[in-house]
Amino acid sequence: MSNVRFKVMESTRSAAQSVFAHRFRSFLTTLGIIIGVASVIAVVSVVQGFSASISAQFDDIGTNVVNIDAYTPPKSRLQGKWARLTYEDYLKLKYQIPGVSHVTPNLQVRGSYNGVTYRDQSISTRVFGTSSSYQKLNAVYCEDGRFFNPTDDNSRRRVALLGPSLVKKLDIKGSPVGQYIGIAGEWFKVICVAEQKGKLFGFDQDDFAVIPFSTAQSLMGSGQWWANIQISLAVDTTEQLPQVKQNITRVLRRAHNLNPGDANDFEISSADQMLETFDSIIGSTTLVLAGIVSISLLVGGIGIMNIMLVSVTERTREIGIQKALGATRFDILLQFLIEAVFLCMLGGLIGLLLGFGAGTLISDITDLPAASVPFWAVLLAFGFSAGIGLIFGIVPAAKAAKLDPIDALRYE
Amino acid sequence: MSKPTIIELRKIAKRYMMGEGGFYALDGIDLDIRLNDYLAIVGSSGSGKSTLMNLLGCLDYPTSGQYTLKNTNVATLDENRLAEIRNREIGFIFQNFNLLPRATALQNVMQPLVYQGLAKSQRKEMAEEALQMVGLTDRMHHVPNQLSGGQRQRVAIARALVTKPSILLADEPTGNLDSATTIEIMALFDRLHEEGQTLIIVTHEKEIADRCHRVITLKDGHLISDKNNPISIVKQKTDEVSHV
Repeated sequence: MSNVRFKVMESTRSAAQSVFAHRFRSFLTTLGIIIGVASVIAVVSVVQGFSASISAQFDDIGTNVVNIDAYTPPKSRLQGKWARLTYEDYLKLKYQIPGVSHVTPNLQVRGSYNGVTYRDQSISTRVFGTSSSYQKLNAVYCEDGRFFNPTDDNSRRRVALLGPSLVKKLDIKGSPVGQYIGIAGEWFKVICVAEQKGKLFGFDQDDFAVIPFSTAQSLMGSGQWWANIQISLAVDTTEQLPQVKQNITRVLRRAHNLNPGDANDFEISSADQMLETFDSIIGSTTLVLAGIVSISLLVGGIGIMNIMLVSVTERTREIGIQKALGATRFDILLQFLIEAVFLCMLGGLIGLLLGFGAGTLISDITDLPAASVPFWAVLLAFGFSAGIGLIFGIVPAAKAAKLDPIDALRYE
Repeated sequence: MSKPTIIELRKIAKRYMMGEGGFYALDGIDLDIRLNDYLAIVGSSGSGKSTLMNLLGCLDYPTSGQYTLKNTNVATLDENRLAEIRNREIGFIFQNFNLLPRATALQNVMQPLVYQGLAKSQRKEMAEEALQMVGLTDRMHHVPNQLSGGQRQRVAIARALVTKPSILLADEPTGNLDSATTIEIMALFDRLHEEGQTLIIVTHEKEIADRCHRVITLKDGHLISDKNNPISIVKQKTDEVSHV
C-alpha cells in the first residue's frame, strides 16, 4: 500500500508543478469551477444567514403561540361580504377554551385618523390596540420605560408604546418617555420605547405605535363593535396544540352560526406551522438554486475535460518517456486524474473564498442578516469539485494511459 | 566467454500491417547477449535497428519468436509486467535525451524510482549517487533547458543507471552531440563497461561502433553479421580518447 501512497504523493507534487507552471491557463481552466462553487457558497451563505435570523425571530415568538385571523374566501369578497372576528369572539375564546393563556386581542386603529403626530410632524404608521399580555406573546421589551399593565387597559389610559423607527421618524428630542404624541386627535403619553427588532423581508418591524386595547376601542367609537380584531394566545404545552385548535374552531363556528357544510371564516395559524412553511420555501429555493448551480459546475467540468485532453496531447512525448522509464497505465492514469482533481479542488478553494466574500458583501449591501457558511456546504463544495475532477478527468487520463509508448516517444 | 547469457532472441520477427500482406521489419533474428557485453547494433536506416531496439527495450511485442530476458519469456508478458521490466531491467538512453522538461536533473533521475514506489528520501539518495557517477553533482537542480547537450545526455545516463538495470540500451546516444562531447560520453560508456555494465548501442556511426567490443549488422530485417572487434582496435580507439 505504501507503494500507492508514494505514487499518489509524487503525482500530487507533479500535478501542483504542472498547474503552477501554466498559472494563467490553469486559472482559466478552473474558472467554471470557481464561479460554480462561488455561487453555491454565496447563495447558501445568504440563504442560511437569512434562515438563521428567521428562526431566531420565531424563537422570540415561541412555537406555542397561535394566531387567529378572520378569513374571507375570494368569492365572498366579490359579494362584498367580509368575515371578521369581534370583541365577543375574543371574550368567548378567553373564557371558553381550556389550556391556553395570554389571550390577546389586537385591534388595528384605522380610518381618517391613521397616523401619529408630534409637534409639527405627522407620520403615518401602524397603530394598534392590544392588552398587556401582548408582551408575553411577542417578546416585546422596553428599551426605555415600562410596558402596559392591566390597569392601563382597564382604565383606558391614554398611554402609548413606540417602536424605535417611529421615534426616529418623529424626530423626538431627548427621551421620548414622558413626552406626548397625538393619535387620532387625542394626546397620548409615551411610556415605552421598544427594543429594536430589525427588518424582516424588508418590512420594518420597529415602525409602530401600540396603545391599550380598551383605549383603541374607545377611539374607534361605535365602530368597535364590528371592527375586525386579531386574536393571539399561548398554548400551555405544544402537545395540546391540535386539541386547542379544534376547540377554537368549534367555539368560533358556533359563534358565527356556521352550518356544518360551511367553510371556516377564520384562520388559525401557529408559529411552528409558519416555521414549517418557511422551511419548505427555503428548501425549495435552495433546491432550485442548486439545480442552476450544478449546471454551471457541469459546464466547468467540461472545461476541465477539454483542457486536460489538450494537455494530454501536448504531453504525449512526456507520457512516452514515462512509459519507457517503467510507468504502468495505472501510474499515468493516476497522475492525470490527480491533476484534474487537484485543479478542481484548487478552483473549489478559490470559489469558496470568493463565494464567502460575495455572500458577506450581498448581505451587507442589501441589509439582509449576516451570511453564514455552514460546514456541510464547505465539505459539499470541496467534495463536488473533487468529484467533478474525477468524472471529467477520467476520459483524458484514460486516453493518456492508453497511449502506445513507441508512438508517444516518436510524437513531435 | 563463459559469462551468463542475459538476453536470448530466437527467430524473432516483427511484421507491420501495411499494404498487402504487411512487411517484415525484422525477420528471424537469433541473438544472444551476455553479461557485460559491449554491443553495437549497426545498419542503414530501414534495416530494422529501431524495431530491434524497441523489442529489446520491451516497448513492443514481436509478431513471432521468443525473447528471453534473464530467464523470463518476455514475449508473453502483459503490459504491466512489461512496464515493470522496463523499469527494473532496462535503462534507456535516447538520441534527443528525452528528459522531462519541467523537472530538474535530480527529479528526472528520481523519476524511474517513483514507479517502484520508493519513498522520496530513498529516491533522492539513489539519484544523487547516480548523478555523482556521471559527474553532475553541481548541476542537480538545473532544468534541462539550463544544461548543455552533453550534460543533458549525462543526466539521461544517470537516469538509466539509477535503477541498476541489467542492460543499458542507447539509441544513437551521440547523434545530437558535437565530437568533443561524443568522446566524453563514449568514455563514460567505456567506464561503465569496465565496471561490469552490459551496454547495447544502436548507431550508424562507424566511429562509435568501432569502440564497442562486438558489432552486429542488420539489413532489411536480417542479421547479416555478428563479429567481435579485435581487441587491438578497441584498445587503440580507447587510447585515442584518453589522449584527446
